[in-house]
Amino acid sequence: MRGPRLVVNLVLLAVAVLFVAPLLWLLTASFDTHGSLAAKVPGDFTLANFGQILNWEVGGRPLVNGLLISGGTAIIAVIVAVLAAYPLSRFQLRFRRPFLYTILFTTGLPVTAIMVPVYGLFVRLSLVDSLLGTTVFLAATALPMAIWMCKNFMDGIPVSLEEAAWVDGASSLQALRSIVLPLMAPGVAVVGIFTFITAWGNFFVPFVLLLDPDKMPASVGIFSFFGQNGLVAYGQLAAYSILYTTPVLALYLVVSRWLGGGFSMAGAVKA
Amino acid sequence: MRRSPRVGVWLPPLAPSIFLLGLFVAGPILWCFYASFTNSALSGIAARRPKFVGLDNFTTAFTSPDVAASLWLTVVFVVLSAVVGQNSLGMLLAVFLQHRGKLLRGIVGTVVVAAWVLPEVVAAFAIYAFLNAQGTLNEVLGWFGLSQNWLYTAPMMAVVLANIWRGTAFSMLVYQAALSEVPSDLVEAAQVDGAGPVRRFWHVVLPVIRRTVVTNLMLITLQTLGVFGLIYVLTAGGPDNKTRTLPLLMYEQAFKFGQIGYGTAIALVLLVLGAVFSLVYIRSLKAEV
Repeated sequence: MRGPRLVVNLVLLAVAVLFVAPLLWLLTASFDTHGSLAAKVPGDFTLANFGQILNWEVGGRPLVNGLLISGGTAIIAVIVAVLAAYPLSRFQLRFRRPFLYTILFTTGLPVTAIMVPVYGLFVRLSLVDSLLGTTVFLAATALPMAIWMCKNFMDGIPVSLEEAAWVDGASSLQALRSIVLPLMAPGVAVVGIFTFITAWGNFFVPFVLLLDPDKMPASVGIFSFFGQNGLVAYGQLAAYSILYTTPVLALYLVVSRWLGGGFSMAGAVKA
Repeated sequence: MRRSPRVGVWLPPLAPSIFLLGLFVAGPILWCFYASFTNSALSGIAARRPKFVGLDNFTTAFTSPDVAASLWLTVVFVVLSAVVGQNSLGMLLAVFLQHRGKLLRGIVGTVVVAAWVLPEVVAAFAIYAFLNAQGTLNEVLGWFGLSQNWLYTAPMMAVVLANIWRGTAFSMLVYQAALSEVPSDLVEAAQVDGAGPVRRFWHVVLPVIRRTVVTNLMLITLQTLGVFGLIYVLTAGGPDNKTRTLPLLMYEQAFKFGQIGYGTAIALVLLVLGAVFSLVYIRSLKAEV
């Protein structure tokens, strides 16, 4: 068995090298005074690239915009989804199954395809170039997955606990807030972080719905490194990419500690 | 589970989601059906008073070589990068990693997942730099005299590789979860009967995880159908429209040329494709809801 084992290990290492290769450039170019497109050990190690992007215009505002949009998206989606999950999880409703199937169906539809009508809708409602409008739209697109995951997490909490609260005279909403929510807090956090990460990385939605460069989140603002003459500050671009990726990486690590990795599948594949 | 006859109890908590989903998801989808029958445009008379033009947009779309070409490119992109690339590589990695040491699992798992966690645009920049004429790949290939500008000489291969690189982690994680639930006594029994690793996988493991395979295929197909940013940053649909998949064609027609009506007709093609895959996906889960 030694032969095949060695081959498998070599294949795995080769895959690892191929996967890590494109990432190397981000690291090397960001610390190189003369950062180019190829990954190479910085001849001239520097932190200047990071220094140059750490100002309000270039680095600050797009990140804050991204934070406002993604944070707002996560908060709206979580609140609305938890509320919706409650009757879907607790009550015997006639339309429950069709509703859940519709939700599941919607999680599959490519959001890209509805951007043209959404733009038309935004023109009608005078919402084009509105951070709030963009945030609410992103929350709406995140809802199907968020409702689905919340409902599954809520199903895991025994109804008997709530019944005790009802006996004591609590209403449904009070029972939800004081009994169910604390127990499913980790699940709610996962839904929130998942929604945040997805919105943080979303490029097409703000690209279409926002016009003012001052309102662009980091996912779109990153293009400001491509100068008008086609000159690109590669070192700064790489540094900015790292800065923009860090929050997502940190949040991913937090969640994967909780659920042992691959958290987004928890809601999707296991149903 | 309680029965709840009273509307006042179940409707208020559901109302916000019904409102948001209705306005921003169901509404636009219905509008897609309506607008695709009009000559709606971004500016000019057709923007203020769109006229009903019947099946004109569809006639144009279905006779247009652009749409046919984009549809074909979308199919190639989805089949090569999702069905073949992400799915097979993800499964291979999951199987190979199953009984490896902690160190190797850690290294391979981390680098594969890292590409997946990156925001779409950053992933696109990383691949752009990697495949560029002055990029890392050519630095290496230059030693053998094989360097070239991959984004021009093999643009479809470039976007396919980019999507495999970015999406394989999803399939890998899905299959790792599925493999961990395959009963080990089944596999051991096959081993006692003298079945080699390949036959064990083909005849014992694969039938057990069959449903996961279907579900995974549907999910990555749907994700790949909607890919816009990755291709837009890498090639912007070029060179010579060789990577202009349906989302890019839709963007170009609707927002660059202002043909909203025509753009929605293309969006509708994309939606219908997505809906078909979504239905298969739900059927594969049906017993579990």
